[in-house]
Amino acid sequence: MNKSSLLRRRKLAQVAIFGLFRLSAAINGIALLIVVYFLVARGWRAINWTFLTQPPMDSMTKGGILPCIVGTLCLSLGAILVALPIGVASAIYLNEYARPGRLLRAIRIGINNLAGVPSVVFGLFGLAFFVVWLKMGVSILAGSLTLGVLTLPVIIGSSEEALRSVPDTYREASLGLGATKWQTIYKVVLPAALPGILTGAILGISRAAGETAPIMFTAAVFYTPSLPTSVFDEIMALPYHIYVLATAGTEIEATRHLQYGTSLVLIVLVFGLNLIAIIYRARLQRRM
Amino acid sequence: MRKNQQTGKSRQRREGAIRLFFFFVALTSITILTLIVVFLFWEGLPIFSEVSVYDFLFGRYWYPTDDPPDFGIFPLIVASLTVTAMSAVISIPLGVMTALYLAESASARLREWVKPIVELLAALPSVVIGFFGMVIVAPFLQEILDIPTGLNLFNASLMLAFMSVPTICSISEDAIYSVPIELKEASLALGATQWETIARVILPASLSGISTAIILGMSRAIGETMVVLMIAGGSAQLPSSIFDPVRPMPASIAAEMAEAPFRSDHYYALFATGVVLFAFTLLFNLVSEHISNKYRQVGAATL
Repeated sequence: MNKSSLLRRRKLAQVAIFGLFRLSAAINGIALLIVVYFLVARGWRAINWTFLTQPPMDSMTKGGILPCIVGTLCLSLGAILVALPIGVASAIYLNEYARPGRLLRAIRIGINNLAGVPSVVFGLFGLAFFVVWLKMGVSILAGSLTLGVLTLPVIIGSSEEALRSVPDTYREASLGLGATKWQTIYKVVLPAALPGILTGAILGISRAAGETAPIMFTAAVFYTPSLPTSVFDEIMALPYHIYVLATAGTEIEATRHLQYGTSLVLIVLVFGLNLIAIIYRARLQRRM
Repeated sequence: MRKNQQTGKSRQRREGAIRLFFFFVALTSITILTLIVVFLFWEGLPIFSEVSVYDFLFGRYWYPTDDPPDFGIFPLIVASLTVTAMSAVISIPLGVMTALYLAESASARLREWVKPIVELLAALPSVVIGFFGMVIVAPFLQEILDIPTGLNLFNASLMLAFMSVPTICSISEDAIYSVPIELKEASLALGATQWETIARVILPASLSGISTAIILGMSRAIGETMVVLMIAGGSAQLPSSIFDPVRPMPASIAAEMAEAPFRSDHYYALFATGVVLFAFTLLFNLVSEHISNKYRQVGAATL
């Protein structure tokens, strides 16, 4: 009798705690739903053809966000052009060439700490190094490089994971046939790891597209009517535009719908990229 | 035969060169980290010809544009630390329990849904969370709590918590997964319930990984900029209640850099604030590195 009531209590504790776990997981989903709900409900009305294809008008109280969309695309593609080659090459060294030891640990600590640098500090660094010291000025180039540096640890991490998931038997077979290490990496390992590397690259683009603080001092400006013609131009960008409209304008209340609309465009872009990566990765995992 | 030897040698030389190339590329991350440190100090140190390090760190007044200006970032440091601590109170239980749900109690089908949700939460741009906190949460808090402003420490901590939950959750989940299955099976076989197994076996075994996750989550929170810039309220005063507006370090840097004249004392002071902020995150990262190296779980034998 006593024994069975103890068992019942233990089982009850189990049910209660697992309920808490479920609740925590649900809170995440609810939070995401609430954010998305408000942005969609209040933002979709702002989105129309004019909004997506026209520059801002009447000191940014009307018109569209075309320069911001173009600017964000330039910056995030620029960032990935910087981060992808360096990131993949670093991952190749770490996973294929490096031997365990002090040097490898130092490199890893460097990467982990780079990943932990606050985004605003990247902004300061970009300002001091790219904008001022290398005399690039506030430009797409300086912004892309800053964002590229920020995305680098993400790319290294995902590329390394992709390389690690290539079975060693592939490498052994290739080496056994007389191929050199580099031939093996180039012709066997890289092609096998490519889908994983690309998934990482997509996530890197989405990360770079959403960052604000790193481009505040290095690339983005309040307002520029023209689309960029060279990498030395300053530009507008979606995240910075949201910040500016929501905090710095004289017409903060009157432009609310534009702020919601711009936020919605940004999360559609970011979530779209993420969903592509998530679905693509799920397919890869199923195949393996 | 001779020709073969020669091509063999040149092949070896080529392979060596390629290896060296990759080695140098792999050094990029360290190089950049070094450059970040060098340039932060380069642009930040000149402020210390105006104020002493002690007065800068512990000065109670931040009035960089007054005449004479005051460059004391103590209120900013306190703001950063309180915001981070308060967000941790929310994000640690939420993140760890979600990780436990994913790793231990969710069915495979539900897992496939919850995991992407957490990833999408991580992908939300910080400026969007800042905007949401500003236009939705702040008026709501102001109304129901009847406080002068919804842009305050509490709101910022709440929004920051949702930014660090995905970090805490995904790293904790990895740690929980890496607990050897034998440990779990042994505990279940002895008649422990699933929860008893989690509490007495799995959590102790994955504690170092979970600590790493928590520290990295807090490091993310202390460095997060847009959320505190848009929601924390911006007042450079020491807070006396959790509903006071504050001005954490990243907010101060981001808000004032545009106005600070190039290479003025204010500009230097903001870079020096960046050095302090960087030092905090570096500390967090090195501690987590230390924990995960020292207490690394190798198989079942070390328990």
